[in-house]
Amino acid sequence: MAKPKVAFYWCASCGGCEEAVIDLAEDILKVVEAVDIVFWPVALDFKRKDVEAMEDGSIAVSFINGAVRTSEQQEMVELLRRKSGLVVAFGSCSHLGGIPGLANFWDRNAIVNRAYLTTPSTDNPDKVIPQVSYETEVGELTLPEIYDTVNSLDQVIDVDYYLPGCAPPPDLIMNAVTAILEGKLPPKGSVLSPNKSLCDTCKRNETKPEKLLIKEIKRPYEILIDPEKCFLEQGLLCMGPATRGGCGERCIEGNMPCRGCFGPTDQVKDMGAKFLSAFASMLDTNDEEEIKRIVDTIVDPAGTFYRFSLPSSILKRRNMKGI
Amino acid sequence: MADNDFEPKLVGFLCRWCTYQGADLAGTSRIQYPPNLVPIRVMCSGRVDPVFVLNAFSRGADGVVIFGCHPGDCHYQEGNYKAVRRYNLLVKLIEQLGIEKERLRLEWVSAAEGARYAKVVKEITEEIKQLGPLNWGRTEEN
Ligand code: SF4
Ligand code: SF4
Ligand code: FES
Repeated sequence: MAKPKVAFYWCASCGGCEEAVIDLAEDILKVVEAVDIVFWPVALDFKRKDVEAMEDGSIAVSFINGAVRTSEQQEMVELLRRKSGLVVAFGSCSHLGGIPGLANFWDRNAIVNRAYLTTPSTDNPDKVIPQVSYETEVGELTLPEIYDTVNSLDQVIDVDYYLPGCAPPPDLIMNAVTAILEGKLPPKGSVLSPNKSLCDTCKRNETKPEKLLIKEIKRPYEILIDPEKCFLEQGLLCMGPATRGGCGERCIEGNMPCRGCFGPTDQVKDMGAKFLSAFASMLDTNDEEEIKRIVDTIVDPAGTFYRFSLPSSILKRRNMKGI
Repeated sequence: MADNDFEPKLVGFLCRWCTYQGADLAGTSRIQYPPNLVPIRVMCSGRVDPVFVLNAFSRGADGVVIFGCHPGDCHYQEGNYKAVRRYNLLVKLIEQLGIEKERLRLEWVSAAEGARYAKVVKEITEEIKQLGPLNWGRTEEN
């Protein structure tokens, strides 16, 4: 029997998800033995035209990492969707929008101006900024268009499964691959990690406070962090209460609060709103002035609560009107 | 920005124990006030999940008001205090997303304060008229 064909693709991402595949270590050999990798730009020299030449639906599964924010990425994921039986959104950016999704606090113009004109390290006397089309003596040169709004993968194409995480940990990747190879898949649309909050399995849960006695929210660099106590108890924002478990508490183990890369559990529609609610319930004061004071010590609530999920949140982006 | 023809769409979450009855009283007392606010009855201001507010804005509300019982009067003891805690954080969050803080209000109106209910709705309608439409998402390209 022919081996199932598999593709890997990257969109707006950092490359960490590609690294995560390599991090499978010896296990990657099992994968390579069981499947036929037909497209993987970071590692293999197949081109877009090779994919175009494939029959529709002939790729068993495409693992796509990264958010979608350019016309080229959109074309590529639409192409892969046509050619694939299953599409797995691989990693936070593809799943939720991820770190690139923070660009939704701005729009294309603001970003291009900043990057090409106004950063202190920019040296661009002719004020050259990228164009989608440019005439030269040798003809027209083109670049993909960059969008105002960063999208998660499922905002652009139909997605069958989600592998969460920045980046997804090896055990979850192997579980997913095994489930696909054995045809033992959960219902379409599932996130392939337990549907429990991170706090449920966190070792520090015992010291997690019912009520936050702290009157000031700190950032990790401002204090010496106790390696045993719940971060919230220490006045540090930990996204654990609003985050899906399954990562192995990687950051917690490294003595850093969770930033929420696994996204929310199935029941939660908006991760930021969920964390906001949980946090507000924990504040131990009914005095409006004091509440304001504590809230004021949270430097960047939107960027913190939606660190990985702004594009998939209810509001999706900042309203640029009047900014 | 002020456009005289602009009629703001407002969503109000009204606690059933106080403001909802206050609004009824405004009606039975035949107090005139603008029709712009759509009232939604909730069990307590503490029941208003931030998701409700975000949904209202994302689906076209120009302003949202959470109405609850006066401090100390909540039927569930703490619900309105919880609303205060959420509200202060939520205002900060929506401002970062380009929604002016005036578009989200928290107001205490008791069952006896029909006139006050009408006054608050009138004030808010005027204020959002001045501010102009929110046009959520209409500036988006995709
Ligand atoms: S808030 Fe963070 S540190 Fe505290 S129990 Fe939850 S995951 Fe652990
Ligand atoms: S602790 Fe949080 S941020 Fe860190 S890997 Fe786990 S889910 Fe992601
Ligand atoms: S019962 Fe009215 S605010 Fe709680």
